[in-house]
Amino acid sequence: MFRGLFAFIYFLGIASHLCAFEIKEVTSPGGIKAWLVEEHSIPFTAIQINFKGGSSLDRAGKRGAIHFMSALLEEGAGELDASGFAEELERLAAYFNFNIYDDSLTISAKFLTENRDEAVSLLRMALIEPRFDLDPIERVRNQILSILNSNKKKPQKIASETFYRKAFAEHPYGSQKEGTIKIVSSLTQKDIRQAYRDVFARERVFVSAVGDIDELEFGKLLDKLLMDIPVGGKSLPNPAVYSEVTGYNLVDFDSPQAVVFFGHRGIKLGDPDFFAAYTLNHILGGDGFGSRLMTKLREKNGLTYGISSYLANWDGAELIVGQFSSLNESVVEAVKILRFEWQKISSEGVTMEELRDAKTYLTGAYPLRFDGNARIAGILTGMQMRELPVSYISTRNSNIESLALEDLKRVAKKFLNEKDLYFVVVGRPVGKFSGN
Amino acid sequence: MYKLFLAFLFLQIGSSTVLAAENVSTFDLNNGLKVVVIEDHRAPVVVHMLWYKVGAADEETGRSGVAHFLEHLLFKATNRLKAGEFSSTVERNGGSDNAFTSWDYTAYYQRISSDRLGLMMQMEADRMKNIRLTDENIGNERKVVLEERAQRIDSNPGALFSEQRQAVMYMNHPYGIPVIGWRHEMEQLNRRDTLAFYKKYYAPNAAILVVAGDVSPADVKKLASRHYGSLRPTIGLLERKRVLEPPHLAERRIVFEDERVAQPYVVRSYLVKERNAGNQGEAAALTMLAELLGGNQTTSVFGKALQIKTKRALYSSAFYSGLSYDETSFGIIIVPSPGRTLGQAEEDLDEVIKNFVRDGVDEEQLRRIKMQIRASHIYAEDDVFGLAKAYGSALTSGLSIADIQSWPEKLSSVTSAEILTTAELLLDKRKSVTGWYKNQDDKGGN
Repeated sequence: MFRGLFAFIYFLGIASHLCAFEIKEVTSPGGIKAWLVEEHSIPFTAIQINFKGGSSLDRAGKRGAIHFMSALLEEGAGELDASGFAEELERLAAYFNFNIYDDSLTISAKFLTENRDEAVSLLRMALIEPRFDLDPIERVRNQILSILNSNKKKPQKIASETFYRKAFAEHPYGSQKEGTIKIVSSLTQKDIRQAYRDVFARERVFVSAVGDIDELEFGKLLDKLLMDIPVGGKSLPNPAVYSEVTGYNLVDFDSPQAVVFFGHRGIKLGDPDFFAAYTLNHILGGDGFGSRLMTKLREKNGLTYGISSYLANWDGAELIVGQFSSLNESVVEAVKILRFEWQKISSEGVTMEELRDAKTYLTGAYPLRFDGNARIAGILTGMQMRELPVSYISTRNSNIESLALEDLKRVAKKFLNEKDLYFVVVGRPVGKFSGN
Repeated sequence: MYKLFLAFLFLQIGSSTVLAAENVSTFDLNNGLKVVVIEDHRAPVVVHMLWYKVGAADEETGRSGVAHFLEHLLFKATNRLKAGEFSSTVERNGGSDNAFTSWDYTAYYQRISSDRLGLMMQMEADRMKNIRLTDENIGNERKVVLEERAQRIDSNPGALFSEQRQAVMYMNHPYGIPVIGWRHEMEQLNRRDTLAFYKKYYAPNAAILVVAGDVSPADVKKLASRHYGSLRPTIGLLERKRVLEPPHLAERRIVFEDERVAQPYVVRSYLVKERNAGNQGEAAALTMLAELLGGNQTTSVFGKALQIKTKRALYSSAFYSGLSYDETSFGIIIVPSPGRTLGQAEEDLDEVIKNFVRDGVDEEQLRRIKMQIRASHIYAEDDVFGLAKAYGSALTSGLSIADIQSWPEKLSSVTSAEILTTAELLLDKRKSVTGWYKNQDDKGGN
């Protein structure tokens, strides 16, 4: 057996490992604050720009406008129409990725050092002078409508959408960010421009850069990119109220497998028990092949290809949710085992060995996240949005290392409750589900 | 360029990546194991990947799915480890692990702190020779792969369509059989067949080890010799030779209907050459052709003609990957705009190809694409996992290190004339399969 031989050495090294890169907090000449990691070994730079406040800033009756707008940001800007913009991006071999989430709009950009000035000018145009021409509006509208139509026939989508609608009702977290066919069909250029003004607010921007750029150049870049974005923007939404819905919601769908989406209320990121809950979830249904749910459902009984659960945290809500698929004939048994495991961990907590293994995994996996300039830039901007200090990277693991068995037991009892679970099942399950 | 739409893509195209030669070194052990070391010292992390030169295309007739099934079973017990202990040991050491199977290879990998490389090698070498399978393992894991098939293929009409098209494309070669297996054959997978496959192909002389990250070639050599050096090779293992395709003399067409289809589309694929050792010229031209025709939604030939100018398509793309042991395919997909039928979409497809062959290559566009390819090799250095994967998949597809390292040069030296010559292949539909993907309720299907 190899077990035990190497198991405990790892986290001793972590703090020094992470000193491999140095994070500088910089302020541009114009006063924009950002984080920088200089990494000159490869001649390119990755930048991550996030605006706090994402698709949940959608105005009443305009659900989908912000998502629509974000899909149009590289469809023409300044002097360039959609084709001109795309050709310029291609010529510079730069990449701009615009993504929209419930609580943020994110821009991941990378460009070669040799093309930096031109690439930054192009990105500036997309951020400050997007055109929102009618032609691309219609083209992208048809693509979004096609996706919305397809989503209606995807069991995974039906399951998660149903779950969140029941969980959060009228709050934006309760509906899909793409909007509905009816609303997307009716959105106008004016709505798109409004959506842009609602999201692009300079006081809500967070930036990091990792790569072949120094502090002075980065300062200039920040001012060039962001100083002309106005201050303002629509005020951020109120927190969502979780409906505390329980039981089962069966959605008929003709497919060999049933898709199950489940969950209940969660825990806030800043809660003193957050790391205990995070570790608990890892043991119950987290990454990898070793979680209790994976072991019981897949390894021991062959009831699913995979199951996982995770803490889902928004700026204004928190849940623990999970998902799996199982043949219609076996899904009732799979849910029964899931409920049993949920109840068991809640009443008994975890074993010493499980806690020890979870600690070495979670603390060891953390530094592996920092692999590559773009990944690091993404993490650093995320930290700024959560108002975490630079030093968090070297102290984060101690939150996990200091957990005691009693902490997990206490938090399991408080946080996990099998009776509170809500299940959405999409398929044609054979048999009857039991419990609450 | 609307990202969500990429869900339609089957293969992400692009020039597979290489690294400056000075960062890559290679050596062979006496038992035939080839080792590739890729150095990247920016973070104290290593990727350890063991690639076997065997995949689904090497299965015996009637045993489809056995290569992938075996991949799952390598996470069960060995003489030294309990079932599941491989992964739990990796996790306990802060790493993550997984495996994947294709027609041409089966690969196992771990990402972990670089000081754990020896442990990874010790465990990986152990399971190359010492797995112990019970009938219970077989029974349970067979259920798991059947669930996997149900989730990834049977619940996904696009995947079913792709499986059907592939089966029609290859009239004789095993690429026509899905990697995961046909359900009725998967249900029959047993211990005896699985172990026979294991004993024959899981050997150092059928494997390639790729170690990438914060390591030195000398250390890797020492560790690899210690852990893998004593493994016995399979005697008499020959170079892989699969049955070949006969001449394709008739255009093939399929119509796939499923009530879960919301968005109809048409896909055409052609049987074409793959990258071959010492002979990558045609594959390089095909790679550039795919980029020119359908690499970018807004600037490519298809995108410009059908999405921007005439608005006849919601989405279009051309795709080709030369990484394949035997002959591969070149594909084109057109998703028609509302109101356009699949018949019209197919006419559009043919018309754009015809016009391209007539009008020739836009030199400006070709220059931009070559710039992107040059840049992609710089960006690739940021992704050590991707580099390890690129080397492993190329080496198990029959290429040499020299082939991998000369590939960027091959791509940048492709001429417009060579691209046009390969484009003419697309005019011959006898080597093609055209598939319509639709809902039975689609009145506008034809």
